[in-house]
Amino acid sequence: MGIEVVVDGLTKSFGRQNIWRDVTLTLPAGEVSVMLGPSGTGKTVFLKSLIGLLKPEEGHVLVDGVDMVNDRERDVFEARKKFGLMFQDGALFGSMSLFDNVAFPLREHTRKKESEIRRVVMERMDLVGLGGAEGKLPGEISGGMRKRAGLARALVLDPEIVLCDEPDSGLDPVRTAFISQLLIDVNAQIDATMLIVTHNIDIASTVPDNIGMLFRRNLVTFGPREVLLTSQEPVVSQFLSGSRLGPIGMSEEKDAATLAAEGFDAAASAAGPREIVPQLEPSPGMPPRQAVDRHRERVLGMLTQLPTAARQAILAGIGGSVAHAKTLTMPAPPEERP
Amino acid sequence: MTTTLPPVPHPPDPPDPDPGEEPAAAVPKEPPPGWSVPGAGALRETGKLFALALSVARLSFKRPFQLREFVEQFWFIASVTILPAALVSIPFGAVIALQVGSLTQQFGAQSFTGGASVLAVIQQASPLIVALLISGAGGSAICADLGSRKIREELDAMEVMGVSPVQRLVVPRVLATMGVAVLLNGLVSVVGTLGGYFFNVILQGGTPGAYLASFSALAQLPDLYISEIKALIFGFIAGIVAAYRGLNPRGGPKGVGDAVNQSVVITFLLLFFVNTILTSIYLQVVPPKGG
Repeated sequence: MGIEVVVDGLTKSFGRQNIWRDVTLTLPAGEVSVMLGPSGTGKTVFLKSLIGLLKPEEGHVLVDGVDMVNDRERDVFEARKKFGLMFQDGALFGSMSLFDNVAFPLREHTRKKESEIRRVVMERMDLVGLGGAEGKLPGEISGGMRKRAGLARALVLDPEIVLCDEPDSGLDPVRTAFISQLLIDVNAQIDATMLIVTHNIDIASTVPDNIGMLFRRNLVTFGPREVLLTSQEPVVSQFLSGSRLGPIGMSEEKDAATLAAEGFDAAASAAGPREIVPQLEPSPGMPPRQAVDRHRERVLGMLTQLPTAARQAILAGIGGSVAHAKTLTMPAPPEERP
Repeated sequence: MTTTLPPVPHPPDPPDPDPGEEPAAAVPKEPPPGWSVPGAGALRETGKLFALALSVARLSFKRPFQLREFVEQFWFIASVTILPAALVSIPFGAVIALQVGSLTQQFGAQSFTGGASVLAVIQQASPLIVALLISGAGGSAICADLGSRKIREELDAMEVMGVSPVQRLVVPRVLATMGVAVLLNGLVSVVGTLGGYFFNVILQGGTPGAYLASFSALAQLPDLYISEIKALIFGFIAGIVAAYRGLNPRGGPKGVGDAVNQSVVITFLLLFFVNTILTSIYLQVVPPKGG
């Protein structure tokens, strides 16, 4: 099972430029979370800070007792073995074949025999649909294949935490849908804590259990998917609808004068509840996601603190999925209904 | 809910996470962002160069040693430097022989031409030729290789997998430049000396016997030792500078090109400076044989 990642008061700047400040959230163990945000809000920086590649000035990232920000380099290196990071363009080693790329972490960190390595690598390559391409060099395959190979490499050490940096960038909608399904299937199989950084609405609305959003150097919100998907906050609704009207501008944010000139009215633009797309299920033949039950229990526990719209959406969703998949054993306790 | 974003080009991303711009991890708050004093940047870079040199020295003894990478790099650097080194050292030895020969002829000490030119070749010319070639041919390739890996995020990926790029990539390369430098120095010394002998004896009409006699009258074993020590140190400098600039390119592919350029220039500057120091120390410490 995956482990929890606790982020506390994280603040990062490059020189004078502040990227984000005081980001506090907890990635629940084994659940899939998405970090949304317009381009240039430091999503990738956030991801690299989680794993200790970048060192924020303030705050902590606690993974299994290790602070990835402030602890000794040796401990951080050790803790990184629990992570698998899928880079935006795969970040494969250009001089090695796909097989050697995926085998790299095994050869560095384990004393497995070559036959054993071959078995594990081929299993992971099949998982991401790259069986038969193991002899190719990263320069000889398409961007989508590079991404999937990067995912296979991230998964090869059975990580407890999987981080994905923009799994959709440069992919067509069909391939994006396949990647979404793949991520859910991976979660069902290895039950790892996952964080996906993206600005793709399709992924955000179908894949995760939890969604957060970065904007204006702050974490706007982080919580169960229904909270963000039903949120009436101007930034969120603009982002989800892909509209030009709203606080997000071309250079990240608009000033008040531009907003006024556009005649933007937060109340008007946020009118009408959005429909929530059901979450993806693992492909037939995959084990059920263990995170689903944990997530439901956790969300029901915090139900009273959530906004009304989110609460209704959650309860509707649980009712729906119970009717949908009869395998589920724990219906919502009726006394918790408002 | 529409799911299509308008096709707007992305605004610029935040600046690349360049480790060169980050404050050191140990002092997260001081100096404050944007703090600078003229010359502080140069000092900071120098400090980081030394830090890299130290960690390379430390990690050289850490297991597992990357033997395969070491052999590959050793072979690569040797293969790009052997021929140019031999070709450069023949005319170099000849020039020194001609120059010294013409000088000694003017005050009638022609019989010492051999010793003088051999000393110049072994102590000065040979380590410098080796270092310039190692840096120009091997170092630039190392710098470009590491730099392009850095901007393709390969080094980040390696670090994420819990593998230190310094131990995995830099240590074998630096050891390879040092090893090749020492061995190549022997080759260049021999070829340079033979070139000097040829030009002195055949073209200037010197006597072979006098050449060899003055050789053994003036030259001594410590001359060879210092030559090899110089080559070792120069190889280390060339490897470290190339790796340092390669690990910290600024801003994309253009930055890698600049880094290669700078690594060669910085190495050359350091080489001549360090050579001066080593030579003066040697001349103070080791008594000349003829004196």
